[in-house]
Amino acid sequence: MSYYLMILVGAVLVNNFVLSRFLGCCPFLGVSKKTETALGMSGAVIFVMTVAAGVTWAIDHWLLQPNGLGYIHTLAFILVIAALVQFIDIAMKRFLPPLHAALGIFLPLITTNCAVLGVAEINCKQGSGFFESVFFSFAAAVGFGVALLIFSGIREKLAHANPPRSFRGIAIALVTGGLLSLAFMGFSGLVKLPY
Amino acid sequence: MVIAIVIIAGIGLVAAVLLAVADRYLSVQEDPRIGMVTAELPGANCGGCGFAGCDGYARALVAGTAPNGACAAGGEACSAAIAKILGVEATATGKRVALVKCCGTRSEAIRVGDYNGICDCNVAAATAGGDKGCKFGCLGYGACANVCPKHAISIHDGLAKVDKRLCIGCGKCVTACPKKLIELVPASATIHVLCNNPVRGPEVRKVCGVGCMGCHLCEKNSGGKEANHFTFNGFLAKVNYENPPTDEQIVAKCPAKCMAVDPHFETGH
Repeated sequence: MSYYLMILVGAVLVNNFVLSRFLGCCPFLGVSKKTETALGMSGAVIFVMTVAAGVTWAIDHWLLQPNGLGYIHTLAFILVIAALVQFIDIAMKRFLPPLHAALGIFLPLITTNCAVLGVAEINCKQGSGFFESVFFSFAAAVGFGVALLIFSGIREKLAHANPPRSFRGIAIALVTGGLLSLAFMGFSGLVKLPY
Repeated sequence: MVIAIVIIAGIGLVAAVLLAVADRYLSVQEDPRIGMVTAELPGANCGGCGFAGCDGYARALVAGTAPNGACAAGGEACSAAIAKILGVEATATGKRVALVKCCGTRSEAIRVGDYNGICDCNVAAATAGGDKGCKFGCLGYGACANVCPKHAISIHDGLAKVDKRLCIGCGKCVTACPKKLIELVPASATIHVLCNNPVRGPEVRKVCGVGCMGCHLCEKNSGGKEANHFTFNGFLAKVNYENPPTDEQIVAKCPAKCMAVDPHFETGH
């Protein structure tokens, strides 16, 4: 139990996917202008990363490693994740229309997102078990969501600010993201990391 | 090497088959008219119709739950085209445009403080109601201008002005204004009362040189109470847009000088 708690704290605060591993910077800047869209995106990322981790673990352990093809996993993962997200999109539209209305427009955006691929890579490198992989992916996605929500809150406030002309728009957002990343460095050493 | 190729190709093939099957058997059949109606709508996604976007409105139109003609940006040509697709009558609602119900410029309306904060009406209004003496008037920090998708609103002399030619009547400024003094009015109406202050005349006069005092003279000059051209809220006259006055003489006779003929065109690009 405490091991899983450590994974959670480690993935959310200490090794935050966006703020200290710098994965998933694209949606971090792209959909963080409003808290509502940030929430939707976080939900989609949590969903996709958790499912993708399970599938990639299965592919890696049952298909690639028995054939000595560990070196090719990046290619295989991209293929599987892209197809999986498309399939989820179609299936969700059919069976869960309300969920599709909430998350649908974000799903194509994270088809080949580096955060999703990154979590599969990290799981693969660590050689962790199935439940551990899935839980770590879930925690990492929650960390992504937390970072996105904090950042969107700051950007909503920032919209009212009056920065110098050359800093307006994405420039001040990048500076803010950097400061947020520095702030998260304060969490380093909080737990003895399993990852 | 051969195994690698076979496995990767196999994964790709399985995924392709899976997606093809899913697309064939799980796809949701959509009414083709939704796409046709969406193509006719302007695609501005302004939200003026009350739906999240043009697509949402198109769905409601096809389902028959929304009236045809709610799209202010598309106008009559748009609702006529949709009527053709759906085989229903277009309800003529007429174009509506935003009206800023305040004419207290910097020289007319006094400012009771010096506001040097963030240039946004909502922030200014949260700071002791803003720096304007009149607590109902336009602050002129451009919250409405910032949300306007067509850049139809500009600030002149501490007052927001709407360009009627650019306004699509989406109503975003109406919700953005902390003083709630912007209203959507029919574009055909020409005579407007440009004041939002319902308190007694002497109180209005203390803070603004052009505030409505509620003297009912506009009502009397337009044919009395029976003509029903004006309604009154406290000491504030309001044009009855169901039955707007047409006699432009009454504007010059307003003792408070808070009425105007077509104030929309004062700004321009």
